[in-house]
This record gives sequence, C-alpha cells and structure tokens, in this order.
Amino acid sequence: MDWGAIVQNSFRGFIGEPFIYFSLAAMGLNMHYGYTGLLNFGQAVFMAAGAYGLSMAVVTLGLNFWWGLLLGIVVFPLLLALIMGIPTLRLRADYLAIVTIAASEMFRIIARSPSLDRWTGSSDGLTAFANTFYDFNPFDKQKRYFFGLFIGNQMWVVLVGWIVLSLVALIVWMTMRSPWGRVLRAIREDEDAARSLGKNAYSFKMQSLMIGGIFGALGGMFRAIGTQSAQPQNFITDVTFFAWVALILGGAAKVGGPIAGAAILYGILNFTDVFLRQLVENDYIPESVMDGTQVGQVRFMLIGLGLILLAVYRPQGIFGTKEEMALDDR
Amino acid sequence: MGGVQLTTIVARVWRGVATVFLVSLVLLGLGPADSVAAQEDGGEVSGSLLQRNDDGERVGVAGVIFRAFDESGAEVSSTTTAEDGSWSMTVPEGTYDILLDEQTLPEGVSLRNPDKNPAQVTLIDGASKSALFPLGEAAASSVGGNTVIQLIVDGLKLGLIIAMCAIGLSLIYGTTGLTNFAHGEAVTFGAVTAYLLNSTGVFGVRLHLIPATFIVIAICGGAGGLFNRAVWRPMRRRGASLVAALVVSIGFSIFFRYVILFIFSGRAKRLRDYQIQEQWDLGLFRLAPKDLVLMIISVAVLVGVALALQLTRMGKAMRAVSDNRDLAESTGIDVERVISLVWICGSALAGLGGVLFGLTESINWEMGFRILLLMFAGVTLGGLGTAYGALFGSIIVGLFIQLSTLVIPTDMKNVGALLMLIVILLIRPQGLFGRRERIG
Repeated sequence: MDWGAIVQNSFRGFIGEPFIYFSLAAMGLNMHYGYTGLLNFGQAVFMAAGAYGLSMAVVTLGLNFWWGLLLGIVVFPLLLALIMGIPTLRLRADYLAIVTIAASEMFRIIARSPSLDRWTGSSDGLTAFANTFYDFNPFDKQKRYFFGLFIGNQMWVVLVGWIVLSLVALIVWMTMRSPWGRVLRAIREDEDAARSLGKNAYSFKMQSLMIGGIFGALGGMFRAIGTQSAQPQNFITDVTFFAWVALILGGAAKVGGPIAGAAILYGILNFTDVFLRQLVENDYIPESVMDGTQVGQVRFMLIGLGLILLAVYRPQGIFGTKEEMALDDR
Repeated sequence: MGGVQLTTIVARVWRGVATVFLVSLVLLGLGPADSVAAQEDGGEVSGSLLQRNDDGERVGVAGVIFRAFDESGAEVSSTTTAEDGSWSMTVPEGTYDILLDEQTLPEGVSLRNPDKNPAQVTLIDGASKSALFPLGEAAASSVGGNTVIQLIVDGLKLGLIIAMCAIGLSLIYGTTGLTNFAHGEAVTFGAVTAYLLNSTGVFGVRLHLIPATFIVIAICGGAGGLFNRAVWRPMRRRGASLVAALVVSIGFSIFFRYVILFIFSGRAKRLRDYQIQEQWDLGLFRLAPKDLVLMIISVAVLVGVALALQLTRMGKAMRAVSDNRDLAESTGIDVERVISLVWICGSALAGLGGVLFGLTESINWEMGFRILLLMFAGVTLGGLGTAYGALFGSIIVGLFIQLSTLVIPTDMKNVGALLMLIVILLIRPQGLFGRRERIG
C-alpha cells in the first residue's frame, strides 16, 4: 500500500481541478436551489454549454478563443436557461426538475450522434481549442508546483480556477446582500407573498436560472480546458448530481457552502478511488469481487448514497442552518 | 463466426410483373479468425459479402470484384468473392483504398453506404484487416407508404411498453405526490432479473422465459413493496418534504443503476428465448410473432389495469386517494394500504415492461433510465397523476418516437419525444387529461 499516494491524491482532491469544476457548478446550483428554490437537475447541460460553447466556437466555427469565451459563458447558457425556463418556471418545482433532466439526456443523444459529427465530434468530442489559454501559462511545463501536486499546465488551470472561484463567490456574496438577492430568497420562502408585493417572480426566477447557469458553464468550460477536450461522457446526467452532493454537503444558501462541499466531496472521492485501486492492485480485494474498471463505478454509488443519506439525516449540510435552508423545508 | 456484427436491412424489391419478393440483406462485420495469414512485410485484407435470401438464410454473394489501390492510386491487387461470399487479398504494409466494383453486384443488390466505397484500410505489422461492406438499401431511401405503417406498428409496440412502465410512475405520483426517479431502475431490475433466470441460469437451471417472467413480476412487485415499506413510508411518517423525497429518489436511482452496472457489467445482453424469429410479412408491414404476442400481452394487461381501477373496490380506493388523499382517508379508506398496493403493482408492471423491452431490444444497465425519460414525456402529455392519461400519453410518445425517424436520424429519435415534453409544458402544462390545480 502506497500511503503517500493516497494522502497526496486525497489532498489534491480538496483543491485540484475537479474541485474547481464542481464548486463552480455547485455555486450555480446554490443560486438556483439554495437562494431561489429551483430544482435544476440538469446542471450538467449548463456545464456542457460552457465546454461546447468554447470548443465549437474554436474548432467547428473557426472563431478565436475570446469569441469562444463569449459563446460558452454568455450565449449558450442564456439560451439554454430560456429554453428550459420559459415552459417550467410558472409550474410546480418538479416540472423544472423533469425538463432539466430531460435536457441532459437530449444533450447526450445529440452530442454522441454520429450524424452531427461535423459539428460536435460525436462521442470523441472536440479537442485543441484551449491553446490560447495555455499560451498565457507563466509556469514551466516541465516543473511541478505546489508541494509537487501540479505540473505547470495544471498549475495554471488551478490558479486561474481559484481566482475565478473567488470572484464568483464575491459576486454571490454581494448579490445576496442586495435587494435583488432578498427578492430571490423571498420567492424561495413564499412565492405568493413575493408576488403579492408586486415582484415578478417569473422574471426573478429566470434571472436566477440564467446566472446560476453561467456559473455552471464556467465550471464546464474549466473542465474542458483542464482536460483539453469537450466530450459528451464528461457531461452526462449523473454529473449534475456530483454538484448536488457538493451543494447539500456544504450547505445550501451559504456562499462558502458549495466550495466547502466540493472540497470535502472530492477529498472523499479521491481517497476512496485511490484506496480501492491500491486494494485491488495489491490483491487485498480479489478480482472476482472487484476489478480496476469497477472502481470508477463505486464513486457513482457513493454519490447516490450521499444524496440519500444527506437528504434524510443532514438536509442542511455541514455548514448550513436549518432556519435558512434545508432540503426538508417545504 | 466470433465477433461478427450483424444488422439486418430490409429492402423491398419489385421484380417482373407480379412477382414481389422481399430481400432482407445483412450487413456483416467480418470474422478475421479463420484467415489470419501474418506475413513479414504485408498482410491480408479480407471479408465476406453476405445477403439474406427469401428464406431468411444468410448466403454469400459470389462473383463480386474487390480491388485494392495504394496511396498513389495504383491498383495493387484484386480478387473475386467465392461461392460463400468470402474474399481476401494479400498486400504489403501501407494504406489502401478497397473498392467494391458495384458493376459486379447482382441485380437488386446494392451497397447500403455507397459513399463509404472505397473503404480505407491501413495495414501495420503484417496484421490482417477486415473491410466492411454492408449490403442493402440505406434506411432513408426505403421510405414509402408501407414504411409509415411499419413505423406506426413499431411505435405502438414501443408506446405500449412505455405505458406499462409508466402506469406505476403515474399512480405513485397520484397517491403520494412523489415523482419517483427510481422507477426506471425497476424496469432495468425486471429485465436484468429475467436475463439472470433465462440466460445465465440460477443454480444451473435456466428457466424458459415464460415462467421466468412470472417470477420477475413477483420479485419486482415484492421489491417495490419492500422499497415503499423500508424507505418511503418512514419518510412520509416523518413528514419529509416533496423536494427531499425527490432528491432521495434520485439518489436511489443513481445508486441502484451503478450497483446494477457493477454486477451486470456495461455490455448489452440478450435474453436466450425468442431471440431470432422470422418476421411475418403482412403486406403493409412486417412483424415478428413475439412482437404480436408482446403487444397482445401489453393490451391485455393495460385493459386489465383499467378495468381494475374502474370496477374493483381497491381500484376505486386508488383513484379516490389519487383525487384527494385527505377526503379518501376521512371516508375510511386505509390510505397506507392503498399506497403500498400501488407500489407493488406499479413495480410489478415496470418489471414486466422491462422484460418486454428486453425482448424487443437488448438489455443494458441504463435502459430503465432512458425509458424513464420517455415515461415522463408520456405521463406529462397525458397529465401527471392520471392513470388513463399515462396510458394514452405513452402510446402517443411511442408513435411519435418511431415516426420522427422519417425526419431525423434514427440515433436521435428519442430527442423528439423529449422536445415534445418541453413543448407540452409550454402549451398545455396539465397535459391532455390532467387538471389545472395539480401544476401550480
């Protein structure tokens, strides 16, 4: 057993790339669910919008990187929010849930369809769109940084990620102290009351869906840049629930909740991943019980279990308060 | 023929004055096993060209000429297919265009993908490579009057299966308010259990599919009842919010799905019985006997459920709880008992739906989740919470999916149904049969 590798990987989970992708996505969900009470089960599609917005702009349409940023962060997520929001935001919460989860499935089918290969690269996805990003990399590609955790390119992704994450957290903190944020929370607590005070709940919910979607798109775009590929497999339906577990674990309706949640979640996931792999490699777990490929499936089981256990036993998460927001509220 | 990949393409060929015969052509991936002739600095390109004759047997197409061209465009080698349709050429290492000379194909036989002829093959290290030349008409070119009817029949079949799965979803929603995302896993569970009993065998005994199906229904019903008892009843007792319940059901959906993947592996599998059946040609459309039986079973079950809901005491109680839980409780209906029965019946129907779906297509670990979204489309179209709405909505969704392949590529057919879901919510959110107050 290589305990050094286990500790190192777990720590990498706390602060590394997946932590960045999913804390951004979870911050979007926090805007949707934590502050507005919207059940978005399709955050993966917003993430995909960011990833494919950038990569399709650069690879398919031949635009430069900066147009890609505009398409991925603004145009695609806003369109998506309109498409999913217009039919459902007037209805009960579970309709948005159904439509968003259906949208993830639609994304999967469309993105993998060979007939659209020219546009999306089908199941192989798109690559070679992030060169401009790495051109700005001040770190040496050959060296390792930050206690030897990241090589140059990764360090650059992680550093930019941390900065963007801090900015997003600042935006959330400021907007939630503003009158706009108070209206969102009023809608979450009692939509009818907010409406009776003359607030256009539909419009506020749409704005929340759009802004949270943009955060999700940022997360997805970082995932595409960090892995240097936009692949359908990285944005399947179940990916959404990694962000959900991060959000509920940390505590909804807290600015730092999703960040803490994503860090803890990826610490745990990386730990179990490496730990199980080591057990399998060293034959502590026989082949007949589990092999290397099945280790990856365990993390999805943990996500499922995590959702169940959190919802039942700790709906307010680690740092949240029951008074403010808990899954069990309404 | 290990590793042989088959796809059947149906093409209708009219010949002579009144002679009509249907040639079903087979696309064949080529088995490399028997012809590996590794050479020092070259390799073998091979394949076999097969079609299906009137009796449904696969026969070789003889006398077709294949030519290999190197990168400069010079012809390196050529060969003619043997009586059994096989062909092979030995060429040096390199990249070649393998061309099938379409002039030499027999009358009435054509390539399915003419634009993939010539096919490019790269040989490295003396390995043998196979080249794929599927025969038969491209799907799009065979669109005609009878294709529409064929699609309607296929759509009805799909719709009936979705309906059977969706009734449980709709009744559970109606009686408890829960949108149960884990309902798809009941479908997968049914199919996988049937596979275990029928194909793998338990304790060395492989049951025939018919008794196996009854066992599956019992197991799924029991599992559904247990699931309700162990998870949902305690949650209702605690007064858990609907959102919490929704999230828990998602959690179970993911958890069950990956447990099934862990045990069952990611490969698609097939049931042992009734796999290969000759299709009946009924003039306007073609239908395998198992599909007819499947549709009869579905209709019988659905009519049975409708009658039970309409006529029996329990059915009336279910509808009463669905309409207004408190009122039903105050009239002396044991609501928990009704709910528990709804879970048992709903899960049993979903399990049966899984077996039937596994019979028409293959069984894989996420089939239930895919069907779940189609169920949502059907249930939303019919009106969430209404039993009959779920039925009609699902059938329309099935028809819509199949008919949409006339316009969009087949691999994207489900997108149409999901788009329809969004459009319905835009125009008539309560669905065709639902009532306004449920949706606000």
